[in-house]
Amino acid sequence: MCGLAGIYSKVGQLPYSEEHLAEMIKQLHHRGPDGYGFYTDERIGLSHSRLSIIDLEGGKQPIHNEDQSVWVVFNGEIFNYKELRQHLEALGHQFYTHSDTETIVHLYEQYGDNFVDHLNGQFAIALWDKPKNRLVLVRDRVGIHPLFYTEQGDQLLFASETKAFLPILNNPPQIDPKSLDQVMTFWSTVGARTIFSDIFQVRPGEMLVFEGAKKQSRRYWDWGFPEKGEAFNRSKADLIEELRIRLTSAIEIRLRADVPVGAYLSGGLDSSALTALTKPMIENLNTFSIGFQDEQLDEGEYQNEVIEFLKTQHSYLLCQNDQIAENFNKAVWHAESPILRTAPTPMMMLSNMVRDKQYKVVLTGEGADEIFGGYDIFKEGKIRQFWARNPASKFRPLLLKRLYPYLNLSNSGSGAFLQGFFGQGLDQKNSPFFSHIPRWLTTSGCKQFFSDDLKEQLKDSDPIAEFKAEMPDAIDSWDYFNQAQYVEAKSLLSGYLLCSQGDRMLMANSVEGRFPFLDHNMIEFANSIDPRMKMHVLNEKYILKQAMSGKLPASIVKRFKQPYRAPDAAAFQAGGCPSYVKELLAENEIADSGFFHPKKVQMLVKKVESGRPTSYKDNMAFVGILSTQLLHNQFTKKSNNL
Amino acid sequence: MSNQQKIKDYILENFLFSDDQSALKEDDSFMSKGIVDSTGMLEIIYFLEDEFGVQVAEDEMVPENLDSVNNLVAFLAKKQ
Repeated sequence: MCGLAGIYSKVGQLPYSEEHLAEMIKQLHHRGPDGYGFYTDERIGLSHSRLSIIDLEGGKQPIHNEDQSVWVVFNGEIFNYKELRQHLEALGHQFYTHSDTETIVHLYEQYGDNFVDHLNGQFAIALWDKPKNRLVLVRDRVGIHPLFYTEQGDQLLFASETKAFLPILNNPPQIDPKSLDQVMTFWSTVGARTIFSDIFQVRPGEMLVFEGAKKQSRRYWDWGFPEKGEAFNRSKADLIEELRIRLTSAIEIRLRADVPVGAYLSGGLDSSALTALTKPMIENLNTFSIGFQDEQLDEGEYQNEVIEFLKTQHSYLLCQNDQIAENFNKAVWHAESPILRTAPTPMMMLSNMVRDKQYKVVLTGEGADEIFGGYDIFKEGKIRQFWARNPASKFRPLLLKRLYPYLNLSNSGSGAFLQGFFGQGLDQKNSPFFSHIPRWLTTSGCKQFFSDDLKEQLKDSDPIAEFKAEMPDAIDSWDYFNQAQYVEAKSLLSGYLLCSQGDRMLMANSVEGRFPFLDHNMIEFANSIDPRMKMHVLNEKYILKQAMSGKLPASIVKRFKQPYRAPDAAAFQAGGCPSYVKELLAENEIADSGFFHPKKVQMLVKKVESGRPTSYKDNMAFVGILSTQLLHNQFTKKSNNL
Repeated sequence: MSNQQKIKDYILENFLFSDDQSALKEDDSFMSKGIVDSTGMLEIIYFLEDEFGVQVAEDEMVPENLDSVNNLVAFLAKKQ
C-alpha cells in the first residue's frame, strides 16, 4: 500500500519545495507510517509515505531507472513483479532494489505507456519522465487504489487522498451540488467526479498523461462481455476446473509479501472460499471477522462454522452500536465522501484490530458478487425482465417473494408493496440501467431533504444522463445480466465498496487489502461465462458454489447471500450518542451549510430519536445528511473533530 | 381530531417531513408518489396497530387498504 502526493508545474519552474511536499504527505501518514521519501526537480515534486510489505530494507520510494531519467511513486502492489523482473533483466535492464516498484520504471523504458498492460496488481502510479517533461498518472483496472488530482494556477496537484491537497490549496474544497446529487442517487460519484468541486479522480482503468499544459486520457482496460446471443460451448465441468485454477493462482500471487498475510472471513461464500483455498498454502492462517449485537446483521454462526471446518487462527470483533457512532466521524474523514450507510465504520474498526494483531495485509472477498452475479440486484433484474415480458401477469411478480429470505418478509404480507416497488421502470427493459432503476429511485428519496436553494441549483442536473455518458458503446450489445454487472462495477464497486468501504477503511489503520476475485485474469474469465452459469434460475454465484462444493461446509455453500450491513440510524439512537451528532444536525448548522432543509432534518432527527422503526430511505437519509455535514465541517470549514 | 386528520398528520410528519397540509392529498397513492417505500409500509402498519389498537392481518396488507389516506381511513373504519 502506501500513499503518494505530488505537484507538477505545467508551465515554468515549480514554485514549491520539499517542505510543501512534506506537508502534503504528512496528511497521508496513516497510509504509510514506515517512512517518507521525496524527489524534486525544476518541474515536479514527488513524495511518498511507505507501508513496507515487499523488500522491507530496499524498497524506499521514489524509485528511478538506471540513468535517473524516469522516477516513480506508487501505491499498491505489482503481484507479478518477479516474472516481470526476470523478463526485464533478460532484456538488459539493471535493478538496484528487490521491490515490485522498480519493475514499473523499467517496463516504462521498455514499452512506453503500454507498460501498464503488463502489470497484474492493484495500483495508483505517478511516473515522471524527466527528459520528455511528461507525467503519467494511472490507476488499476477496477479502482482498488485511489488517485486524485486538481489544478491550481499552472500547478497540477495529485495524491492518494484529497486531504493531501489541504495544505497547498488557497481555498478549501467545496462540496459540489451535482456530486452530492450523484451520491444521493448511486451511493457514490461516478466517472471522474469526486464530492468536491474541481477535484477529480483518475478513473479505474484510465491513464492520464500530462505534458506541459496538454492532457490526454486513455482507457487502457475495461470490463467487457460477449455479444448477446453468442454461443457458450464450454461444459460446466470445464468451467469449474478453470475457475478453481484461476482463483488459486490469483490467491498464490497475492501471498507474495515479506510480512504475514491474513484473511477477512465474513462467513459468506466468497471470503470462505478464499480462506479454504488459502489454508493449504498457509498452515497457521489467521482470519479476522466482525459481528453485531443485532442478530439479523450478525453472521457469527456461519463464521464459527468455517473456522471450525478449516481450523484457522481466528480473531473476532463484536461491534457495539455506540462504537459505530463514536467512530463515524473518523470514518467519514477517511472516506472523503458522504456515505449513506454506516457499514464502512465497522470495517475501519476491523482493520484496527488486524493492525493490533501485527498484521499489515489481508485477503478479502470483494468482487465475487460483481463477477459472478451474487447480489440481489441481479436477481431482481432477472425477475423484472421476466415480468416485463408480460407486465399484466399476476404470477410473474410473485417470484419477488423469493428475494430477501434473510428478512422477515411475513411482516410485509402479500408482497404487494414489493411488487409496487420493483414494478418501477418496468417499461424500460431495453435500458442498460433497467436492473438499477428501482434502487436509484429509492436512494433518490433522500433528496427530499435537500434545501430549496440546492434544489434550485440542481434543477438541470441529471445524474443518470451523466452516468450514461460513461457507458461504452458496446453495452447495448450485451445480455441484460452483463449490463447490470457493468453498471454495478462502475458505480457501487469502484465508488463505494472499494473506496469508502474498502481502501479507505483499511488504510485508516495502515492495512492493505488484497482482492483475488478482482485479478483481471479472473474477471476476464468470469466475464466470458454464460450468465446462466452465474445465476442458475435464481441461484446466485452458481458456478462458484459448484467449484467450492466439498471444500466448505454445505451450509456455507448453499446459504443465501446476506449482504454485509451494520446498524444505521439505530447506531445513533443510544443515549450515549456523541455530541458532534447533535451539533452538526442542529437547525442552525444545517442552515449554515446550506445543503439540506433545516426543518425537515429536525423532523427526521426526531423520528430517529423516537426509536420507532425507520425505512431504508430514512436510514440512508439520516446517515447521508450526517456524513455530508461532517465532510463540510472537516474539509470546507477545516475544523475536523478527530 | 378525526382519524383522517390523525393519519394525514402522521404521514406528513413521518414521510414528507412537513406540516404543510397541501403537500398531501387524501387520495394520493403513497407508492406511486414515492412517499413510502416497501419498508416504510411496515411503519404505517406499526402506527395503525399502536395508535388505533387494531391488528393488521397478512392478507390485509395490500394497497387497497394501505396506499392512501382515504384507503387507510376506510380500512380503519372496517376494522373498528
